[in-house]
Amino acid sequence: MPTVSMTVNGRSAAGEVEGRTLLVEFLREHLRLTGTHVGCDTSQCGACVVHVNGKSVKSCTLLAVQAEGAEVTTIEGLAQNGELHPMQAAFKEHHGLQCGFCTPGMVMSAVDLLNTNAHPSETEIRDWLEGNICRCTGYHNIVKAIQAVAQGQGG
Amino acid sequence: MNDMRYEAPDTIDGAVALLAGGRGEVRALAGGTDLLVQLRAEMIAPELVVDLKRIPELRSIAAEDGGFRVGAAVSGAELGEHPGVKALWPGVVEAVELIGSTQIQGRASLGGNLCNASPAADSVPAMIAARAVARVAGPAGTREVPVEEIAIGPGKTSLAKGEIVVSVLLPARPARSGDAYLRFIPRTEMDIAVVGAGVSLTLDESGVCSAARVALGAVAALAMLVPEAAAALVGTTLDEAALERLAAAASGACRPIDDKRGTKEYRIKVAGVLARRAALIAAERAGRS
Repeated sequence: MPTVSMTVNGRSAAGEVEGRTLLVEFLREHLRLTGTHVGCDTSQCGACVVHVNGKSVKSCTLLAVQAEGAEVTTIEGLAQNGELHPMQAAFKEHHGLQCGFCTPGMVMSAVDLLNTNAHPSETEIRDWLEGNICRCTGYHNIVKAIQAVAQGQGG
Repeated sequence: MNDMRYEAPDTIDGAVALLAGGRGEVRALAGGTDLLVQLRAEMIAPELVVDLKRIPELRSIAAEDGGFRVGAAVSGAELGEHPGVKALWPGVVEAVELIGSTQIQGRASLGGNLCNASPAADSVPAMIAARAVARVAGPAGTREVPVEEIAIGPGKTSLAKGEIVVSVLLPARPARSGDAYLRFIPRTEMDIAVVGAGVSLTLDESGVCSAARVALGAVAALAMLVPEAAAALVGTTLDEAALERLAAAASGACRPIDDKRGTKEYRIKVAGVLARRAALIAAERAGRS
């Protein structure tokens, strides 16, 4: 079986995987980083969004072997020294979640949005989240949380 | 379930040799946004997957003879961020940008959308309208193929074993030219086209249409050029009567299926409406260029 090595949340991670193993499976099943969720398995829902070399990617649209040498950040890698990332704090403050299943992907997408566009309009936020589906349809507070961080008023 | 071998060569020749030499089912991987879903659903079980994203020629956009050569594995996001391509072929860029969401745009490619050979692929009618030509490399050398000749049926291409699409040439165009792509889906984002319409046209100095190409997607087994629809525009100022003839010709060319997204009758009607709207946008862009 092929081996793969990458940096995940600042630490080196390596393992033997099958060629067909998806990045999300490597993260969840090999590294036990189960904060990244699998919602649909068809690259639609966005629950499995992580950052690969700084860009948000659905981790079910990438084979683990394609991430060889990459820098990967998952939801577990956002908090620093026990302090929530401002986006996580804002989701908590503005109640940007109901059941919470889509939340890891929503937060990772939202962080990438503000890295790309520091002051998005509400329309730009909603457009950016087109690939993140919330079955509770709690989009309103998710958008509010992202706006709060963009305005420097995170959690 | 067999184990799948993964290779990521960094040259075209290396990729061609791997794909030509594979004994079982072999697949080329560009963005993977279709391939990996088919793999997960066990619709395909390749013995070998050859990742094309590490080959420089497939990842670059280069100016060529007044147009642009776009590498087959260039992502939608990279294409959308290229000001030159967007200025010359805005309709092609807007079609590519309709493929999937933000995170899919970071992976999905023009070449993958073409070679997945879906009748509803968004980029294909726009590329056909643009007279785009694919460069195909294979064991027997390189050949240039109009994009409309790549797909030969749903999920099937004219590529021989070992052949890959290396790049697509979006050609130069005369002054006062514009293009546009519109699709209809039941919701506002993230769905498969019920109908897609691409129009590219050129106006003369008095605003009369001197050349046009109209292509439709999702209304037949293949995305197709509709010369009768283009003919309805040429020699006109896109007046109401010309637009009516365009819509009728577009609707008349449709050979759609019924599915959960739309009935045959509905697709036929919408094809005319979208062709007409896309023509007006293309003309407006031509007037500005």
